[in-house]
Amino acid sequence: MTRAPLRVPREALLALIVLGIVLAVGARAPVFLTLRNALDVGNDSAILVVLVMGQIPVLLTRGVDLSVASNLALTGMLCALAGKAWPGLPLPAFLLMAVGIGALLGAANGWLITRFFLPSIVVTLGTMSIYRGAIFVASGGAWVSDQDIHPLIKGLPRDTLLGLPAPWWVAAAVVAGMAWLLRWRREGRELYAYGGNAVAANYAGIPIRGRLTMAYTISGALAGLAGLLWVGRYSIAFTELASGYELTVIAACVIGGVSIGGGVGTVGGALLGVLFIGVINAALPVIQVSPFWQQAIAGFVILVSVMLNSRAQRQAGRQILERDGGLAQGGTT
Amino acid sequence: MKALDTWERVLIALVALVYLGFGLTIHGFLAPFAIADSTTNMSEKGIIALAMALLVVAGEIDLSIAATMGICSLAMGMAMRAGAGLPQMLLAAGAAGIACGALNGWLVTRWQLPSIVVTIGTLSLYRGLAQVVLGDQAITGYPERLSTWGNGTLGDLVDRPGLIVPIEFGVWLVAAAAVGLLLHLTVHGRRIYAIGANRIAARFSGISVDRYRFALFVFSGLMAALAAVLLTGRIGSTRPNLALGWELEAVTIVILGGVAIEGGRGSIVGTVLAAVLLGSFTFGLGMLNVSGIVMAMIVGALLVVSMVLPRWLKYGALLRRVRVA
Amino acid sequence: MTSKTHSPVLTLRGLHKRFGPTHALRGVDLDLVPGEVLALIGENGAGKSTLVKILTGVYRPDEGEIRLDGERRRFDRAQQAQELGVIAVHQETVMFDELSAAENIFIGRQPMRGFPGLRYIDWPRMNREAQQVLDRVGARFAATTLVRDLSLAQRHLIEIARALSQQARVVILDEPTAALSQSEIRDFYGIVRGLKAAGIAVLFITHKFDELFAVCDRYVVLRDGASVGHGTMSEADEPGLVKLMAGRTIDKIYPSIASVPGEVVMQVRGLSHPTEFDGLNFDLRRGEILGFYGLVGAGRSEAMLALMGLNPAATGEITIEGRRIAIREPADAIAAGLAYVPEERQRQGGIQQFSVRHNMSLAALAGPRRPGAGRLSAGAWLSARRESALAERMIERLAIKTESQHTPLSGLSGGNQQKVVIAKWLGLDPRIVILDEPTKGIDVGAKQAVYQLIAEMVAQGLAVILVSSELPEVTHLAHRVIVMRRGRQVAEFAHEHIDAEAVVAAASGLQPAPSPGGGRIVPPGPLAELAA
Repeated sequence: MTRAPLRVPREALLALIVLGIVLAVGARAPVFLTLRNALDVGNDSAILVVLVMGQIPVLLTRGVDLSVASNLALTGMLCALAGKAWPGLPLPAFLLMAVGIGALLGAANGWLITRFFLPSIVVTLGTMSIYRGAIFVASGGAWVSDQDIHPLIKGLPRDTLLGLPAPWWVAAAVVAGMAWLLRWRREGRELYAYGGNAVAANYAGIPIRGRLTMAYTISGALAGLAGLLWVGRYSIAFTELASGYELTVIAACVIGGVSIGGGVGTVGGALLGVLFIGVINAALPVIQVSPFWQQAIAGFVILVSVMLNSRAQRQAGRQILERDGGLAQGGTT
Repeated sequence: MKALDTWERVLIALVALVYLGFGLTIHGFLAPFAIADSTTNMSEKGIIALAMALLVVAGEIDLSIAATMGICSLAMGMAMRAGAGLPQMLLAAGAAGIACGALNGWLVTRWQLPSIVVTIGTLSLYRGLAQVVLGDQAITGYPERLSTWGNGTLGDLVDRPGLIVPIEFGVWLVAAAAVGLLLHLTVHGRRIYAIGANRIAARFSGISVDRYRFALFVFSGLMAALAAVLLTGRIGSTRPNLALGWELEAVTIVILGGVAIEGGRGSIVGTVLAAVLLGSFTFGLGMLNVSGIVMAMIVGALLVVSMVLPRWLKYGALLRRVRVA
Repeated sequence: MTSKTHSPVLTLRGLHKRFGPTHALRGVDLDLVPGEVLALIGENGAGKSTLVKILTGVYRPDEGEIRLDGERRRFDRAQQAQELGVIAVHQETVMFDELSAAENIFIGRQPMRGFPGLRYIDWPRMNREAQQVLDRVGARFAATTLVRDLSLAQRHLIEIARALSQQARVVILDEPTAALSQSEIRDFYGIVRGLKAAGIAVLFITHKFDELFAVCDRYVVLRDGASVGHGTMSEADEPGLVKLMAGRTIDKIYPSIASVPGEVVMQVRGLSHPTEFDGLNFDLRRGEILGFYGLVGAGRSEAMLALMGLNPAATGEITIEGRRIAIREPADAIAAGLAYVPEERQRQGGIQQFSVRHNMSLAALAGPRRPGAGRLSAGAWLSARRESALAERMIERLAIKTESQHTPLSGLSGGNQQKVVIAKWLGLDPRIVILDEPTKGIDVGAKQAVYQLIAEMVAQGLAVILVSSELPEVTHLAHRVIVMRRGRQVAEFAHEHIDAEAVVAAASGLQPAPSPGGGRIVPPGPLAELAA
């Protein structure tokens, strides 16, 4: 696909900024540049990558899914409870459960939005609370703590394949899948089309309800998957898990150039957004800045990236005058 | 735009239903002190809902309003620690609110950014700043007068013990009346409706769209300051998680109250009724010892239902036509 | 009606369509034959765009039948019409700016490759096939170019390429040359001939007579929603067609303008914008109708927006009644006595959800800042009484057809909506009214009413700027006509010297045009001393 000349420098710029931060922090504290540190950043980021990949199709269609964190926590809790009740479950069962429940929760969003023509921000604001409350109802308010977490779930972050932890592979598979969908499948191209011009998409006969439902179902499914990974990584499940994390997901997307107005955004850019946040969060303790700054920085970075993106996309007035200005004397075309 | 229409009548009926239902099943729900008590939390949320309603009617949204409350409370606490008296503390809270609102307004109007993403960003920024300053500490030791405002009744002010209407409720009603008059009876209100219904046509008709939008965000900050002062007075402390999640409740109240999320429609009477409905409902649930999380879940469900219902029932189309006039 | 050599691919019989009180189509018959270009002629508001929307499946007819290859069809969805080979190319192309030309051509039906269950888009093949069909229509850009970077003429080519690649059997061209230069139009005729040669039936909608005679084979005339005449172009002539279109002699539609321009009320000097227009200079007199003619996209609307303070990057000097006025925002323009009825009624002119009454009071809310004019409010407080009185007054004065002043604007016909928008501004008692394409898309009866309104306005001493792309409007109504082309003022004609050919030529840049400063034609006689 031909990239517009303006966009490649922007993503390259982001990559340069990330590199700059890494080098700057590494100069202050060399431990930052070790492989060990990179693996830690990667591990923390794998979950965010999965969530961000799910948010991209939603954002492309001019929507937003604020329920992902609650979805993640609910699915994670249900998997944990299942693991506690049936110790004999194999790993594929958990994976199926996580993706299945997450997809169902996401499809519910999609149904509400497409069937009743409701704005996604308000719907997902509502389901965010509903799913969060359901965790309490399901668990009775009790935590599922370390000893009760199924060993297969706990073991996920430690399982390695070719030297890399399982979450990395999951994230890589998800990234590959999303890149495939967005570039090589009609369904993915139609998401860009709808987000760019909903009227034209209608005229072109694109099945809008189906595509929108697909976007929210994917978002939910990946949130569910992330929930399993989260419970495995932190070996705990409770009601307030990942509370507020949806803002981090959106921040990573916006920083990575996925426009909240729809129709614009790439997998590569979003990955850079995740990398950016991961590097910043890892850098804070190293340069002895209190982790309390994390949220403020995330907010600040969202604002700056949105401002910069709008600059790039802002058009001046239409170009009506001929550039050589030779018309006033009258001439033939 | 009409202040009392079909939807408002439905809300009145629902409020009556809640009071009747809980009144019969919960002992003490209808006791005067209980009713008075139930209005305090309702009033604080109701105050920010007023500002949110104006913004949503104008086609915008402010998801940072609760985080702004945190900043205002923080400003007040810091002023107190610096030795300021009550008036200066209030000034600090107000100034902080105005500054937070002005930042939102500037980003939205000067940079032409969608308010949803701007206020998601400032929500993080303001909460984060409060966290940075306070860490996991709290500020306490506020003057007694502040506590009176938050917990006291109008009777305390005029020395009539029989008047148990809380001060907070009185403040809210006065604010609601003022905002209601503005929206429904003045040119400014009409222009706000126009901006929300069709921003371009409003601009072409000579309305200073950006000036109004900026002003509404600043007003939102100011209402956040007012609510923060009352809330801080009531609970007696400033923490970084003050009013956490209240932006969701404010949006719910506004939507439940009949304000269309796409703008151009809605009334303050509906907003007030929805605040009363939600407030009394959650108060009753609280008396039944329902946990906060489940209450939030019910609020979320109510939000969704309140949007689905009009579009599902056939009378939804009629509702839209009637409410335009 | 059918040609003797081919049977028609598409026939319409007795089509009717109503929108609430408006009876947009009252019985339309037509036949489209492969390899032939049928001209669909009619005035604004005659029902042409409604007909096109029915043919493309956007609307469904209330009565009548559509036959494709002799079989009755219903186009239930836009997709269906396209699948059956009926494709429309509109004046305002509806495309995906952020996608490439190739993607726009193949959206929804990209060629795929791979195994069942693992199929993916064949980008090289898609780009190749797109380039082939683009070359066929004479496009000189790569299929991989983003549509965002292409001009309107180039986008039209993509639409036609899309039609060709979809095995179109019927191509509807809706005012396709409105914004094209003369050379681009010549190229376009070639493409139309190419479509004919490919056996495609073409429905060509235009109101430019030279085009009709240049490319079309037969014609059908629509008037007030019904087909009133048909025949071959070789046997037709312009006066006959005009008579069929108008249904009455042309003079009856346009009122006589009795007013004589008085003293100068506005002087514009050096109105410029970095990219949209440059160096506009003109005067406007009391009681005058000043026409602004030009092709679509010539920059006229942009210049008018600047006069109203809606175009912040514009510069220039504006003097109203002898005083220099700085116009930085619409409120300044309104206070100076300007009013602007915009081109896009739905998006810019009125608020569809608001009632007629609320729309009318929109601009007058706090009252104009000029003394002596009526106020709608007492300070900031709205006066329902005054608002209601204004609405009733305007409804009567402009003969607006509406159930009541509380009806939402969306419930009125296009013509009546336009009257409401005009009423909004008249309520302010302006000095200068700018009308931007005021009769676009409204029916003939309403057009007449609008022209009558314009005549009354100038009779009462208002000054009117009429921006229009309809030559007859401008030639019949305007005291003077300024022609703009590509953002510059290229000619000025006084009423007696208006020559349709010269005006069109100036607008399209065919011949050297008289330069703006010097060649101003001064009317002889008593008006001579008024020409400064």
